[in-house]
Amino acid sequence: MSTVFKKSALGREGVWPDAPGHDLSELLPADLLRGPQANLPSLSELDVVRHFSLLSRKNFGVDSNFYPLGSCTMKYNPKFCEDVAALPGFSRLHPLLPQLPRGDEMTQGALEVMYESERWLCEITGMSEFTLHPMAGAHGELTGVLIMAAYHADKGNKKTKIICPDSAHGTNPASAAIAGYEVVSVASKDGIVDPDALAEVLDDEVAGMMMTCPNTLGLFEKNLPRIVEMLRKVDALLYYDGANLNAIMGKMRVGDAGFDVVHVNLHKTFATPHGGGGPGSGPVGVSARLVPYLPISRVVKDPSGRFHLRYDYPKSIGYVAPFYGNFGVVLKAYAYMLRLGREGLVKVSENAVLAANYLRKKLDDVLQVPYDRICMHEFVASAEKQSEKGVRALDIAKALLDKGYHAPTVYFPLIVKECLMFEPTETESLDTLDQFVADLREILALAESDPAAVQAAPVTLPVTRLDETAAARNMHITDDL
Amino acid sequence: MPYVPHTTADTRAMLEAIGVSSVEELFAEIPQTLRPKSFDLPPGMSEMATRARIEDLSSRNSTNLVSFLGAGFYDHYVPSAVDALTSRGEFYTAYTPYQPEASQGTLQAIFEYQTAVSRLLGMECSNASVYDGGTAIYEAVMMAVRHTRRVRVVVSETVSPIYRILLGTYTKNLKLDLVTVPHAGGATDFEAMRQALDDKTACVVVQNPNFFGCVEDASALFAAAKAVGAVSIASAYPVLASVLKTPGEMGADVAVAEGQSLGLPLSFGGPYLGIMTCTKALVRQMPGRIVGRTTDTKGREGYVLTLQAREQHIRRQKATSNICSNQALCALRCLVHLCLLGEEGLKRTARASMENARYAAHKLTRIKGVEMLGAAPFGNEFAVTLPRSAQDVCLAMIGRGFVPGFPLGRYYPGLENALLVCCTEKNSRRDIDILAAWLEDEI
Repeated sequence: MSTVFKKSALGREGVWPDAPGHDLSELLPADLLRGPQANLPSLSELDVVRHFSLLSRKNFGVDSNFYPLGSCTMKYNPKFCEDVAALPGFSRLHPLLPQLPRGDEMTQGALEVMYESERWLCEITGMSEFTLHPMAGAHGELTGVLIMAAYHADKGNKKTKIICPDSAHGTNPASAAIAGYEVVSVASKDGIVDPDALAEVLDDEVAGMMMTCPNTLGLFEKNLPRIVEMLRKVDALLYYDGANLNAIMGKMRVGDAGFDVVHVNLHKTFATPHGGGGPGSGPVGVSARLVPYLPISRVVKDPSGRFHLRYDYPKSIGYVAPFYGNFGVVLKAYAYMLRLGREGLVKVSENAVLAANYLRKKLDDVLQVPYDRICMHEFVASAEKQSEKGVRALDIAKALLDKGYHAPTVYFPLIVKECLMFEPTETESLDTLDQFVADLREILALAESDPAAVQAAPVTLPVTRLDETAAARNMHITDDL
Repeated sequence: MPYVPHTTADTRAMLEAIGVSSVEELFAEIPQTLRPKSFDLPPGMSEMATRARIEDLSSRNSTNLVSFLGAGFYDHYVPSAVDALTSRGEFYTAYTPYQPEASQGTLQAIFEYQTAVSRLLGMECSNASVYDGGTAIYEAVMMAVRHTRRVRVVVSETVSPIYRILLGTYTKNLKLDLVTVPHAGGATDFEAMRQALDDKTACVVVQNPNFFGCVEDASALFAAAKAVGAVSIASAYPVLASVLKTPGEMGADVAVAEGQSLGLPLSFGGPYLGIMTCTKALVRQMPGRIVGRTTDTKGREGYVLTLQAREQHIRRQKATSNICSNQALCALRCLVHLCLLGEEGLKRTARASMENARYAAHKLTRIKGVEMLGAAPFGNEFAVTLPRSAQDVCLAMIGRGFVPGFPLGRYYPGLENALLVCCTEKNSRRDIDILAAWLEDEI
C-alpha cells in the first residue's frame, strides 16, 4: 500500500485552525524562518481515515489474535481502562501545575492516583516504597541500577561490576552497562542460577546482581535464599526484573524474599496495552535502605489526607523522567488493580500458571521441553529435533502466523537451542488453548511430511518473508521525495 | 473473576491433563518461608464502581483554568480523528513488530512517522522514538560521546532546565564533563558557547525556540563545533519547526524534540514522545528501533525493523542503548496528527500561536511595571519581568481561575520576578484581554 506521502495532493484541505494564511515575514526576520518546505502530506480527512484504517487491518493485535509470547504477558487490555485514561480531568492536566502556587491543591485527584498506585505496588511486591517515574521496563532497570550506584557511593563502597545470569533478558546487561558498570555473566545449572558458579564471580567489587523469578525459562529460582545470603556478605544488592511478575502475585513477594530493587512492567502484568511498541511504564520499588535514593519528586500524604509532591530528598538520584512517569499508563494500571482487587490478582497468577502448565503438557510429546516439570507462567520448548529435518523455530513461528496466531517468543533465552517460549496468560479460554495446540500439532506434523511447506510460511498475510539483509544494506528508512 | 474465562470445569480439565489435583500444587516449589508476609489489598470492584471511583478522582483536578502555561508542553488542538484512528484495537493492542509479516500496519506507520519527523526537522534519518524529549537529549549526548570518544558536553542554560536535570541524573556515573553556559538575559550566549568549545568537546546542545521562547539561529555555533569535530545537537519545538529555520538548515548532526505538541494530550506528564533524528553519518549510533523498507519473497514492498545489531536484544551490554519499549502508539498519534493537519495546518497553527503571543506581549507590556525580559524575537512564548514575585502574582491569578504562565525563579535564581507566558491557537483574544486586565489589577 502506498505511503501517505504518495497519496498526498497539494491543496487538499485537512483539519486547519481558523488562522488566516501565513505571511510569517510579518512576525519574524527572514533569516530565522524556514527555507525549504517540509513536504509533509497534504490529505483530506477521509484520505487519512482510510489510510490508517486499512493499515490497521494489516496488523495482528490481542483484540483479534492469540499471542502466546513468552516474557511479554500479552493479556487482554480491558476497554474501560482505556476510557478512564481519556477522562478530561486527567488528560488536560499540565504537568507543571504542581510547581505553581496552590499546585498540589489543583491536582489532588492525580496525586491520589499516583499515591494509591504506589501503595498497591508496595503491597503486591513487598517493597517499602515505589517510584512511578520510569517510562518502560528497561528504563526501570536503569533507574534501579542508578539507585544501587547511589547507595554504594553514599557508603563509600568501590563497586565496578554487576552480575547477570546467562538467561537474562538483553535489557539487563544493557542497562547495567550504560549506567557505567562492567557486566559479568553467571552460568545456569538445570535452568536456574548456579550458586557455585556465582561464588566464582562474586567479589566485593560486585555492586549487585540482576535476576528474575521465575526466570526467563519459567522456572522458580529455588536457590534464591542462598543467593541473597551470598550477596549480603559482600554488600551487593539484588535486583528483580519484574517481567515475570504475572506468575507469583499473592504467592511470593520479592521484597520479603530479599530483593532490594524491583521494577514492574505495567504493560505486562497490569494489562496496559503494548501499543505496537509502547508506551509502557516500569515503576521501581525499593527496600527500606534504598528509599533515600529514589528519584524526585515523591508523592506524600499528610495527616489530613491531602497529597503533596516533595523534592527535598538530598540523597535522591535526581530526575529520571521530566515529571511523574507515563501517568496516562499508570492510570490504566490503577483502574485494573482496583477492578481486580486482592482475590482477582491472586487468580491472575493462579490461572496464568495453570494455563502454561496445561499447554506444556499438551505439547511435550511433539516438542522437546528441556525442563519438563511444573513450570510457572511460561515454559520453553526446543525445535531442535524439527531443525534436523530442516524446519527451525523460525519456520514454526511463521507457520503459526498463517493460522492466525502470533508466534511465541523465538530464540530467547539464548541458552536453549531453537527456543520457543510460550506464555498463554490467564485471559485465554480453554477453547483457544485447545485450538492452538491442535494447530501447532498440525504444523509439526507438516514439518515431518512436507518441510518445504513450513519453510515457505507465511503465505496468507499481506507479505511473505521479508529480506532483512537487504533492508540493512539499503537502509531505506525514510520515504523518497 | 473479570478477564479470566476459566470455569470450574475448565480448571478441572486442565489440572487433570497436567496431572495435579489442585492449583496450589503448581506453586509447591515456593517454600513457606518465601510466601507473602502480607497481601492486604482491597477486594475487587465491578466495572461500574471502579469507573465511578476514578471519575470522582478526575473531578478533583483543576482543568477548567484559563491557561497560558507552556514551558515545553503545549495545549494545541487535536483533531478527533487522531483518537478515533489510534484507538483501533489492531494498533493499540499490537505487540512490538518483531514478526513483521503480522505487523505491516505498525511498521509502515513507523516508517511514515520516521519520514514525517525527519522532514519536519530538516534531517535525514529518524528512529521510531524514545521516551520523551528529555531522554532524547540524553541519548543524543551519548551518541556524540560514543562517536567522538570525548567526554566534554557543552549545554546552554537556555535548554529546558528540567531536561538538564535529567541529563545530569543519567550521566552522573559516567565521568563526563558537563559544562553549562549561562543565559544572557534569556538569550543563548552564543559567544560563550563558542569559547567553551575545544578539541575535547563531544557535543554542544541548544534549544530553539529556547526555554525563554526566543527564536535563535545556531548556524555559526554549529559550524564552529564541526570545525573542532564536535557533534551539534539541537532540541526543537515541532509545531514551530514548520515555520522556523530547521535544525537541519543550521547544520545540526542530531535534532531532537518533545513530540507532545503533535497530537498528544498533556496527560499530567506522560506518555510523551521523544523524537530523534540525525544525519546519515550518525545513524548507526542512534538508539532505539528503526524501520526500513524492503521486499518480500514475491518482490512486494514491505517493512521490517532494521539495523537491529545496535539494539539490546542482539548486542546486550554492547548495545547503543538499553531501550526496548519506546512510545510507538504516541508516534502513531503524532503521524496521524501531522497527516490531518498537513503542512498548511501546522503552519497556520504556528502562526496563530505566534500572533496570539504577540498580542499578549503587547497587552502585558502596556501594564506599568511589566517589561519584556529580553529584546530577542520570540515564537509563541515570551518572558516578562513583573514588579514583584512572579509566584505571588501567579497565586493571585490562580485564585481568579487563570494560570498566567510559569514563574522562572524556581529554575533560574535571580529571575524570581520573571514569568514565562505561552499562547497557542486555543487562547482567545478575549481571554488575553482579561488576563491583562486582571494582571494589571494584581500589580
